[in-house]
Amino acid sequence: MRLYLVYFALTNLRHRWFMEHGSAFRGQLGADMRRMFFGVLLAVATVAPAAADEIKTGGKLLLTGGVSSIEGSGGGGLATWATTTGYATEEGVGGNVHGTYVTLPDFELRSWGAAVGVFDRVELSYARQSFDTQDAGAALGLGQGFTFNQDIWGVKVVVIGDAVYDQDRLLPQIAVGAQHKRNDRGAIIAAVGGEDDTGTDYYVAATKLLLDRSLLLNGTVRMTKANQGGLLGFGGPNGSDYSAQFEGSVAWLATKRLAIGAEYRSKPSNLGFAREDDWMDLFAAYALNKNLSVTAAWVSLGDIATFRDQSGFYISLQAGF
Amino acid sequence: MTVKRYLPFASAVLLTTVSAVAFASEPWSMPGEEAIEPYTPSAANAGAQPFAGDQMFQAFGGQAGVARIVTDLLDRSFADARISDIFKGHDRVRLQRVLVEQFCFLLGGPCAYSGRDMATAHKDMGVQPGDMNALVENLQLAMEEEGIPFQTQNRFLAKLAPMKRDIVDK
Ligand code: HEM
Repeated sequence: MRLYLVYFALTNLRHRWFMEHGSAFRGQLGADMRRMFFGVLLAVATVAPAAADEIKTGGKLLLTGGVSSIEGSGGGGLATWATTTGYATEEGVGGNVHGTYVTLPDFELRSWGAAVGVFDRVELSYARQSFDTQDAGAALGLGQGFTFNQDIWGVKVVVIGDAVYDQDRLLPQIAVGAQHKRNDRGAIIAAVGGEDDTGTDYYVAATKLLLDRSLLLNGTVRMTKANQGGLLGFGGPNGSDYSAQFEGSVAWLATKRLAIGAEYRSKPSNLGFAREDDWMDLFAAYALNKNLSVTAAWVSLGDIATFRDQSGFYISLQAGF
Repeated sequence: MTVKRYLPFASAVLLTTVSAVAFASEPWSMPGEEAIEPYTPSAANAGAQPFAGDQMFQAFGGQAGVARIVTDLLDRSFADARISDIFKGHDRVRLQRVLVEQFCFLLGGPCAYSGRDMATAHKDMGVQPGDMNALVENLQLAMEEEGIPFQTQNRFLAKLAPMKRDIVDK
């Protein structure tokens, strides 16, 4: 039944995407979606025999799975957390789909994707980001509305700790993960000095809920070569090796349904033609229930591809169980 | 002289009377409750250190507030399809009494906890992590109903949370 729900949600999403975006990405997207389906089905299929009788859903407390981050992994808006996405506990499987829209002065960033959390231990995610250069594309000589697309395949494994229940210990919940990113604009990336159009980030995330203060803290160290998260490729004249970057989140639990907070994410600056800045955001995540949540944020992404001070509005919808 | 002669006898009588009275109301065999295996009562059985001062207890509406919260929590949990099977058949009279004691004690109220420790009380019950969350959700609703501010609820939940390790079956 629940498996059918995942399938239905994904099919529905694919259908809507095609209706809205026509055939431009169809070939590529179709292949991605098929891979995603198999990924999800495989995950659920491998899990099913392991669970003795019943796979339970929806057992987690509201918002404790985090929301869908911009890269598809469970977390805040810009940062990845150590929590597994969805509402499944150790006995079950949870999953969700998300759509995120970021409007900046000169660009637009869209992301959608799906993720599953298995036994509150493993998370598999997929996100497709589209970075639309709009008028800036023409100014940069790429063409009006030139768009970089990136597929991000993520896996996360919780290693130790219980962010919610370990209230008598300092030990946070710790997870390790990887995000494999494939950008579809290799030629342009090479032309601006990027070394690669694919790359893999590796991270360690630590999340701790300080329940007596109604605060959630997260710190993540990410080894990455990505330029603007990978949207402008990986590596460049100013750096071609992995560097350790930090992402931190603080959220205050205002009510059972509402968390408000701030995030900071440092980034390398590998490209020569344009300086890259750290990211930050102020966000509010609201869970209508365990099936639907909305995240709204003000994001400050700094300079992007020579365009200054890209600050704007972020909105993300997540549906799942 | 006479007093001295009768003293051993008098104290023996006194002792038997005291223990007889005590026996009638041992915390494992209270009137109106099903008797259970005797155990050693101890404040440590409550599973956490109480809050200092009585601000938390007052914020929870004192004895009356705590009693309403526990009643509501048990109403919800005995009726909750997710966990009612676990509660079915258990002595609700005792559960109400010792839960009120435990909450009152932990909140810094003037109560002693006379119940069993959390591991013994939930032994072999098969409580799963999702069941724990279901109970916490019911408690959140009960506290909401009582008008306890969310951040105050969380301070109390922070005390209870680590008990998950003793309550959930591994
Ligand atoms: C922090 C969470 C919890 C606390 C503080 C708590 C507290 C208690 C206390 C004080 C008792 C009575 C002990 C005694 O009789 O001496 C008890 C018994 C019981 N608890 Fe819990 N409990 C918690 C979680 C749960 C959960 C998650 C379930 C099931 C879903 C559960 C089911 C029961 C049942 C059925 C009994 C009756 C045991 C019996 O009759 O022998 N409890 N609990």
